[in-house]
Amino acid sequence: MQKRVTFRHRWLPYALVAPQIVVTLIFFIWPAYQALETSFYIEDAFGFSREWVGLENFRALFADATYMASFSTTIVFGLGVTALSMSISLALAVAANRVIRSALAYQTSIIWPYAVAPAVAGVLWHFMMNPSLGIFAYWLEGLGYEWNHYVNGDQALLMVTVAAAWKQISYNFLFFLAGLQSIPKSLIEAAAIDRAGPVRRFWSIVFPLLSPTTFFLLVVNLVYAFFDTFSLIHATTNGGPANATSILVYKVYNTGFVGQDYGGSAAQSVILMLMVAAMTVVQFRYVERRVNY
Amino acid sequence: MIENRPWLNVITHAGLLLGVFFLCFPVWMALVASTHGPEALSRSPIPLWFGDRGWENYSQLLAGGLPEAGGVPVGMMMLNSLIMALLIAVGKIAVSIIAAYAIVYFRFPFRMGFFWMIFITLMLPVEVRILPTYDVIVRLDMLNSYTGLSLPLVASATATFLFRQFFLTIPDELVEAARIDRAGPMRFFMDILVPLSRTNIAALFIILFIFGWNQYLWPLLVTTEERYYTIVMGIQRMTNSGEALPVWHYIMGTAVLAMIPPVLVVLSMQKLFVKGLVEQEK
Repeated sequence: MQKRVTFRHRWLPYALVAPQIVVTLIFFIWPAYQALETSFYIEDAFGFSREWVGLENFRALFADATYMASFSTTIVFGLGVTALSMSISLALAVAANRVIRSALAYQTSIIWPYAVAPAVAGVLWHFMMNPSLGIFAYWLEGLGYEWNHYVNGDQALLMVTVAAAWKQISYNFLFFLAGLQSIPKSLIEAAAIDRAGPVRRFWSIVFPLLSPTTFFLLVVNLVYAFFDTFSLIHATTNGGPANATSILVYKVYNTGFVGQDYGGSAAQSVILMLMVAAMTVVQFRYVERRVNY
Repeated sequence: MIENRPWLNVITHAGLLLGVFFLCFPVWMALVASTHGPEALSRSPIPLWFGDRGWENYSQLLAGGLPEAGGVPVGMMMLNSLIMALLIAVGKIAVSIIAAYAIVYFRFPFRMGFFWMIFITLMLPVEVRILPTYDVIVRLDMLNSYTGLSLPLVASATATFLFRQFFLTIPDELVEAARIDRAGPMRFFMDILVPLSRTNIAALFIILFIFGWNQYLWPLLVTTEERYYTIVMGIQRMTNSGEALPVWHYIMGTAVLAMIPPVLVVLSMQKLFVKGLVEQEK
């Protein structure tokens, strides 16, 4: 945690941490505290008076069918993005780890989407899936399938899931590739000598040895899908149609800025903060364990 | 490769090509659409090959902007994005490296308290506490300013951890040697620690530049005046521009322009980027 040999100075260390701490206090801790406090009050629409209501805001939230629906939408979305993105990137990483010729060219053409903003990724897919002129919608129509995500909620959710997963593939790919490259070649060779085929070798050696990477990515992808995809939803479906893509982070924004329900929005913030906190703890616990391996 | 299996090689390459196609096709469509006029994009199926309006569309976008989206030239939005991304990246690195230095190389009261305070920011992304943060910005009168766009995002737990991690690997003998030569703490920091961290700083800069450029929610809240719009949030004004039909050739042109700088950064500094990304999370 710290050096054996350190410097001594009365005020310098405080001056060095000060900028970071001041920004943290003003823009992180103070607003979080405000959210916590507001969540126990009901405020009138003009902000003139407010009344202590205890846990009433939370009770109202969990009694609200649209909020509970938003919860399940978030879970379906999060699991969908994670499963889709991780399975595609694992397949690509295994393949890229196998090729020798033009390996770098493949890597280059797979990693660049990391740099694309989630909002831009959303807009790209929004265009391709546009019911009247999108190329995918046109192809699907050719196959006899009606695509209209402006009306069909499931299709809208599928669209944002694919867009969010598309953007995340490059990230997962790099980590899987790094994980694969750290597996000792001798293990694979030993298995090959014992006449285990490529498929058998993958499932009984490579995949289990990758499990630390897989677990790490699982948490990171869920965090990404739950909290970083606000922009993707906001730039494309706006939570619609009929709240079908209104995930929790979108709903906080909507309740607060559009619905002007400050107490309700603050209560949602508190719930989300607890979720992030739980996931961060899981992630760090795990990282610690890996260090001790 | 363990053994020679020609059919497996074929499958491997086919799979990779399929994946590359899946990743590149949306961008291909955006590039193609941005070179056509509105007529070509008004009926299905839309063209899959470039049109001849590319020059016109892009010069209109860069210099003139869209009346539907408030008429801000996209060139100006890109400049705003660039300023914001640079301020965030440089700010985060500067603030984090000195904080990590203090935490690793000094012993002082509340050291661990500060460390945990920085750690907690990981659990408080802007998205989950939008309203109160907006409130703070309003009270500090930071709406519509570059300070408002960048300062709240400058605290960084991950960057601080990365530098801390790196400093812990630097041999203690360096400090001892510096002290024998009567170098003070700032001298040691500027002349030894910063030069040693050069690669880490560069790798981190790439990641943070992309992070800054791709900000969306924050500029959306902080900017109400059009001259502070950034490109990534500006696209949204075009897709949701009310009753008017979306002008897809311009939207896709803007999307392409929004992608070019960060993608170029990744591609031109691929090695550093991969190193920075994979090590940052460890």
